[in-house]
Amino acid sequence: MQNVDTINSGYIEKPTNYLTNGYTLKSWLLTKDHKRIAILYLIVISIFFLMGGLYAATIRLELLTPQSDMLETQTYNKVFTQHGILMIFFFLIPSIPAVLGNFFVPIMIGAKDLAFPRINLLSWYLYMIGGVLTLWALMQGGVDTGWTFYAPYSTTFSNSYVTAVGLGIFVNGFSSILTGLNLIVTTHTMRAPGMTWFRLPLFVWALYATSLVMILGTPVIAITILLLAVERLAQIGIFDPAIGGDPILFQHLFWFYSHPAVYIMVLPGMGVISELISNFSRKKIFGYEFIAFSSIAIAVFGFLVWGHHMFVSGQSIYAGLVFSFLTMVVAIPSAIKMFNWTATLYKGSILFDTPMLYALGFLGLFLIGGLTGLFLGSMGLDIHLTDTYFVVAHFHYVMVGGQVIAYLGGIHYWWSKMTGKMYSEFWGKISAMLVFVGFNLTFFPQFILGYQGMPRRYAAYPEEFQVLNIFSTAGASVLGVGLVMPVIYLTHSLIWGKDAPANPWLLPGLEWRIPSPPPTENFETTPIVTWEAYDFTEESGLDLESARNKNKVTV
Amino acid sequence: MQNTSWVPFFPEQASTFAWQVDGLYLYLILISVFFTVLIFAGLLVFGIKYREREKYATGAEIHGSIGLETFWSIIPFIISMTIFLGGAIVYYNQQRMPDDATEIFVVGKQWMWKIQHGTGQREINELHVPVGRKIKLTMTTEDVLHDFSIPAFRTKFDVVPGRYTTTWFEATKPGKYHLFCAEYCGLNHSGMGGYVYVMEQRDFDNWLSGNVSGQTPVEAGNDLFNNKLGCASCHQQNDQGRGPNLAGIFGKDVRLTGGQIVKADDEYIRNSILNPQGQIVEGYQPIMPTFKGQITEEQLVQLIAYIKSLGGNSIEGTTTRTTTTTNTNTSGGNNMNSNSGTGGSTIRVPLPERGAANNRQGSNPNAPDITSEPTNRQR
Repeated sequence: MQNVDTINSGYIEKPTNYLTNGYTLKSWLLTKDHKRIAILYLIVISIFFLMGGLYAATIRLELLTPQSDMLETQTYNKVFTQHGILMIFFFLIPSIPAVLGNFFVPIMIGAKDLAFPRINLLSWYLYMIGGVLTLWALMQGGVDTGWTFYAPYSTTFSNSYVTAVGLGIFVNGFSSILTGLNLIVTTHTMRAPGMTWFRLPLFVWALYATSLVMILGTPVIAITILLLAVERLAQIGIFDPAIGGDPILFQHLFWFYSHPAVYIMVLPGMGVISELISNFSRKKIFGYEFIAFSSIAIAVFGFLVWGHHMFVSGQSIYAGLVFSFLTMVVAIPSAIKMFNWTATLYKGSILFDTPMLYALGFLGLFLIGGLTGLFLGSMGLDIHLTDTYFVVAHFHYVMVGGQVIAYLGGIHYWWSKMTGKMYSEFWGKISAMLVFVGFNLTFFPQFILGYQGMPRRYAAYPEEFQVLNIFSTAGASVLGVGLVMPVIYLTHSLIWGKDAPANPWLLPGLEWRIPSPPPTENFETTPIVTWEAYDFTEESGLDLESARNKNKVTV
Repeated sequence: MQNTSWVPFFPEQASTFAWQVDGLYLYLILISVFFTVLIFAGLLVFGIKYREREKYATGAEIHGSIGLETFWSIIPFIISMTIFLGGAIVYYNQQRMPDDATEIFVVGKQWMWKIQHGTGQREINELHVPVGRKIKLTMTTEDVLHDFSIPAFRTKFDVVPGRYTTTWFEATKPGKYHLFCAEYCGLNHSGMGGYVYVMEQRDFDNWLSGNVSGQTPVEAGNDLFNNKLGCASCHQQNDQGRGPNLAGIFGKDVRLTGGQIVKADDEYIRNSILNPQGQIVEGYQPIMPTFKGQITEEQLVQLIAYIKSLGGNSIEGTTTRTTTTTNTNTSGGNNMNSNSGTGGSTIRVPLPERGAANNRQGSNPNAPDITSEPTNRQR
């Protein structure tokens, strides 16, 4: 996917598309085309994902034995911290919004570009500056505070590059805000004639909700990091009680952003899954409005539950009760989505291609991730479970089982549109299944470890926990193979893949009505939308009948 | 090393909370299994029954059902409320400090636990407790956040610099259990732990007597107050001093300059020692110097224990409670439980009058009583 020139070589004879519209480095680095910016994001976040993955592999290898033997403890602490920071701030948060959202939101609503193409490019540069700053800090010596940066360890005690990494995340946050802003304005102002709010694909609804969280939440983490830097550099007491601060204040500020950030990391995934489930069942999605509004409900209620990270931190018992109650409430919209997705399959015509396998994997894993969230939201249980491997397993089921799986599903689903090439369906299915099996083998044992009491962020652990850790590491190697395979066969497809038709599955969405890859302007003429989302009837204008007949004749 | 519980994959159940937490856990597992089976069955059955039979065939035209949506919104909501209530009850039981608990002081420090018993024994990274007795932990840290976690008890609570947090448990089964630091605290976080030894009462008494017991916290506090730090030169046992008389103050409401009323609890006394200018008692001048940097967390705990021992209970008539307290004489009024609301009336400091009992206790609360105290307790 990195080798753009090679992709383009096959297209000399064909009409210009966004990939063949300029070959110079400048034409990429100064592009205002949302599709090219999406590709720029895709390349960079893939690198960050790879780095984060290497850190994860290092963690799992170290935990193969109870002793802290492969790495020094100091190194281990840095490795898990940097795994978290890279994966969360530089992969998960931008993953679907900045790559798939950037590429497909304008196309799905019938627009030529995002509302602010220059700001879109600016947000990529901010992301790059933040990323480079962070990488520089990692090379200088890294950071060992945990991705949560809890004070006063981060402000007074840590001798690592806290401020530099904080600055990287601070700058990166603006990229996130600008992307969110762009997506919101685009959805409001750029919809094609006839594309009413309730004809929008649910992917657009999900990204709209995500963007709300991005622009409302991200400023808070920016302020928090700024205060942290002020205390660290100028010894002004904000969080450290030794100089008059309050460490619990840091936790409130941090989680006020970072809990909603969990929804930044899973709402877009839910949007992708709605697309996949409906389109691969060849049937209108069950309860469109309920899925759309449950995304908004999650975005709103997601802001009111941050205190459930602090049940044992010394906040008041009554605050805890309110946060626990609201945590239960925020679970309901996710449950509604889950039931609607399952009901969508009923009387469908289900196609089990690679993207659908990922979607079904998502349903299974996110179900477990969501249910175990109830365990942690239940205060009495949380006392025992918090800060153990149960939490680690839970959020990996949501973040990886949710967002990463959905992202992979989305990448496979739209790969032919983005690149104009078909990947190997055989290897796609194999890798989807390996990822599912490997993931469960890695993280399910961690639920048990957590209930047995193994604390998280431990470089060394008591011997009785070793057996389950071995299972987990074994699973991680299967998961690793499953995740590396797409890199290989997708890259392979760029060069040797078959040319993709405009609409390989005969789907009604607007993105499937333009060539693969799309021209720079997306649409020759502005489309007029007369059909509902996921409309597989005659009204959608798709000639399904003749496609079916043609298929019969050839068979 | 550790036995397993009667339920596979569960840690040992060694406190009165264990069955509550495990019960809640099993309930949630039951719910999870139900919904997982339901969804997986749906995916499997629909997946097989409605798999594509003809290329480009379309599915049935079904758009949704308000009835179903309502059904699968309300049922999960009701179930989630049972989870909320169950969790809230267990949490409340764990967070409401019992009145009749033995208090043990815990000070966290990168990367060790320093533990101080009311009877004077000190331990590092080990905690010995008797079976069947309520133990209350009052905890703080000298540096960063830590978390005192005993999985076999299902007990865990953050230890926060600059303030006291409390938790409690009642061990039910003798044995040796893991003690972990569960809040990431830097380099040797995973090494910051040890064991909790739960002992039969007789063994515990042997342990107590076999251990060189240093000064009790009250004795040490007395020494600090009257000699080493010279607090007594201003805080005299009468109302003539430059500072308020502290006898009987613990657990009471105090009126500050400006009319604000605060409760004189651990937190308040701690703050008054470290940041005296912050909260000035009405009628006094802000002349006390700060002791920040000159006093350790352990000494603070000792001073508070001493001030607590200066009576206070007799005024409120809480003597009935203290009869069941293990170290009645040591900790005096046991008004640590002020959080649970002893509802003391607002009084002005200095006190107009003091009971004779306070004078007796206030002057020298320790000496002969303390040493005989552990043996008194078991009878």
